[in-house]
Amino acid sequence: MSVSARSAAAEERSVNSSTMGQQKNLEGYVGFANLPNQVYRKSVKRGFEFTLMVVGESGLGKSTLINSLFLTDLYSPEYPGPSHRIKKTVQVEQSKVLIKEGGVQLLLTIVDTPGFGDAVDNSNCWQPVIDYIDSKFEDYLNAESRVNRRQMPDNRVQCCLYFIAPSGHGLKPLDIEFMKRLHEKVNIIPLIAKADTLTPEECQQFKKQIMKEIQEHKIKIYEFPETDDEEENKLVKKIKDRLPLAVVGSNTIIEVNGKRVRGRQYPWGVAEVENGEHCDFTILRNMLIRTHMQDLKDVTNNVHYENYRSRKLAAVTYNGVDNNKNKGQLTKSPLAQMEEERREHVAKMKKMEMEMEQVFEMKVKEKVQKLKDSEAEPKNTSRVFMISINGESRFGKLNRSLKSESMKEPVKRSGQVSPNPVSPLQRRHEQMKKNLEAQHKELEEKRRQFEDEKANWEAQQRILEQQNSSRTLEKNKKKGKIF
Amino acid sequence: MQDKEYVGFAALPNQLHRKSVKKGFDFTLMVAGESGLGKSTLINSLFLTNLYEDRQLPEASARLAQTLTIERRGVEIEEGGIKVKLTLVDTPGFGDSVDCSDCWLPVVRFIEEQFEQYLRDESGLNRKNIQDSRVHCCLYFISPFGRGLRPLDVAFLRAVHEKVNIIPVIGKADALMPKETQALKQRIRDQLKEEEINIYQFPDCDSDEDEDFKRQDAEMKESIPFAVVGSCEVVRDGGTRPVRGRRYSWGTVEVENPHHCDFLNLRRMLVQTHLQDLKEVTHDILYEGYRASCLQSLARPGARDRASRSKLSRQSATEIPLPMLPLAETEKLIREKDEELRRMQEMLEKMQAQMQQSQTQGEQSDAL
Repeated sequence: MSVSARSAAAEERSVNSSTMGQQKNLEGYVGFANLPNQVYRKSVKRGFEFTLMVVGESGLGKSTLINSLFLTDLYSPEYPGPSHRIKKTVQVEQSKVLIKEGGVQLLLTIVDTPGFGDAVDNSNCWQPVIDYIDSKFEDYLNAESRVNRRQMPDNRVQCCLYFIAPSGHGLKPLDIEFMKRLHEKVNIIPLIAKADTLTPEECQQFKKQIMKEIQEHKIKIYEFPETDDEEENKLVKKIKDRLPLAVVGSNTIIEVNGKRVRGRQYPWGVAEVENGEHCDFTILRNMLIRTHMQDLKDVTNNVHYENYRSRKLAAVTYNGVDNNKNKGQLTKSPLAQMEEERREHVAKMKKMEMEMEQVFEMKVKEKVQKLKDSEAEPKNTSRVFMISINGESRFGKLNRSLKSESMKEPVKRSGQVSPNPVSPLQRRHEQMKKNLEAQHKELEEKRRQFEDEKANWEAQQRILEQQNSSRTLEKNKKKGKIF
Repeated sequence: MQDKEYVGFAALPNQLHRKSVKKGFDFTLMVAGESGLGKSTLINSLFLTNLYEDRQLPEASARLAQTLTIERRGVEIEEGGIKVKLTLVDTPGFGDSVDCSDCWLPVVRFIEEQFEQYLRDESGLNRKNIQDSRVHCCLYFISPFGRGLRPLDVAFLRAVHEKVNIIPVIGKADALMPKETQALKQRIRDQLKEEEINIYQFPDCDSDEDEDFKRQDAEMKESIPFAVVGSCEVVRDGGTRPVRGRRYSWGTVEVENPHHCDFLNLRRMLVQTHLQDLKEVTHDILYEGYRASCLQSLARPGARDRASRSKLSRQSATEIPLPMLPLAETEKLIREKDEELRRMQEMLEKMQAQMQQSQTQGEQSDAL
């Protein structure tokens, strides 16, 4: 048979076996029962990561519960949690901790939302949370689409613990609004916080009321999966009956009947955190960490992330169809399209930046030029004056030039909005002119004086000479030396 | 001296006592705070009545678009021959919705309306049977879950502290361990001081009261805000006598146990010792303040127009002009500026007079 026919036959066979589900019993021990162990060992080496988000009004014991759940002081007195600092707006903060147990290590990321529901006007206080979750999804999407996918850090929020205040009446409008907007993006597990405020009867009634309201508003909280195992199903049913879980947290260890337990000490008794009759903390811990952590991650990956991804890509392809001039480009893969768009966007931003810088520099140059011009003008005119002063022959020229300057100035300035007869430059110009003229007059006078003196002196010299000459003549006469 | 010259006015208090017993007391109490803090339960425990029997709690979906409403419930209770007509003002819907901006305005308006009503009645012709519906006291419930006063609490208290006696109360105090209670109380006290909110101040007891009373008084003052737990159920804790309390799996909270909560203090203060004082403060200080500001606002525009003033005097026989409540900001400013000008003018005149005096004195001394 030719190659293509053989491969076609192989395909057919595999398709058949998958649809018919042929099961064959083995005659010996092959060894692939060891596969789970391989997975186990590999995962232990790799380590696990889990991102948990806690949302609720301040003072509901979120940080204390986290500390109790993971038996570490993530928020200690030296480093109090974000909730201890008063916030004006809702913030989203994350803290990471690496915990090890039995050779297995877990990189735990806790995302806290201090300031949630604390203000007078709480409209849109869920927006920062939604933006955070979406941004983590986007990061993962981008990481997935890259060429080098060796290290893909998974920071997506895998579980959101929503804390309900134990009012005993039911859900608050804020709770409903928040859950309605987030149930499609993240696994929501509602918890009744500070449950030691409710008596058992009140707690039952409260839980019933909450579940009724959740169903009424069609909020999809995290659902525990059904398994084939009967035992496990029973456990799961037990958990489902006790939803939402009423929890109590504590940072302090108290001694009760010789045992050291985590609890809260009241004058009327001790509420133990890990006592199943006091609260549902152990159920929460078992569910969250011991049995369903992997399932939470899977649901986040397969359901919430895929929802986000399909929505995002559908939007891109829709835009692509509209904006594409070349119809032939419809066949391009949407991811590449996205990349291209992003590149374009970045390039556009860079171009805009450069343009703005250029414009800025141009304007700066213009201003500098203007300043220089305005400074240079009186200098120019004064230079003219200096040159002219040195030469008296040029005095006439000076006068003329001055006159022309003074006539030119208003002409120059008429180019502006309104010729201001008292513009500072003109004033300075006139002042300098006056000074120069004054100086000139002084010099003239000096020169005249000098000339007068010169004339006098010459006259005197002449007289003196004449006298001298006459005297010498007389002397000579006396001496009778007439040659 | 007492035997020989006995005038007999030592029996005056007895006369008053008898008269007041005949007349009966009336008291209006307002409770405010977020829903779910145990307000109704506390009221029922305080007065040992079931005022909220037929109450239907609205669901969250109904509360989504709810605005604040004011509900009044009246009940007459009698104890030892003394009748009290108690009116409870409730504020359902407070702090419920997502956007609580200005949700305290209906409450403020309600309190002012009561003052307005009283002012009108007082200025009317027939003053024999004035119904006093003014709010004498407001119990404001603070959540034990937060870290002190929240922005909404501060906004509400700021809006009403000059109009009604405020007694801050921490509801559902069985959520807090003793250390936490102390810390929260301190934090609330600091915040109240910081925000300059005037809560009801207990008057100091006279020096001739007995030591016990003084001790109790001091204790009570230190425990403000009161951390209370309310309950209407009687719990029989095997062996001990039946008490009102809340039964948990790990113990039972007794409402009337001073080590468990401050309920006894609150009840003593509110009902046993300071009820009359609350009424007096409402009448003498808060109501007078309101009245003064109202009449001032009436007087100013009237002074400018003499015609309208005469009109006013003619009308006052039959009808009282309504005091204008929220004045425009600019009018207030104008008034303030006018007053300032007046004051400055007066000062100028005084100074001038002084100068003239000193001048004449100087002349006199010169002449001498």
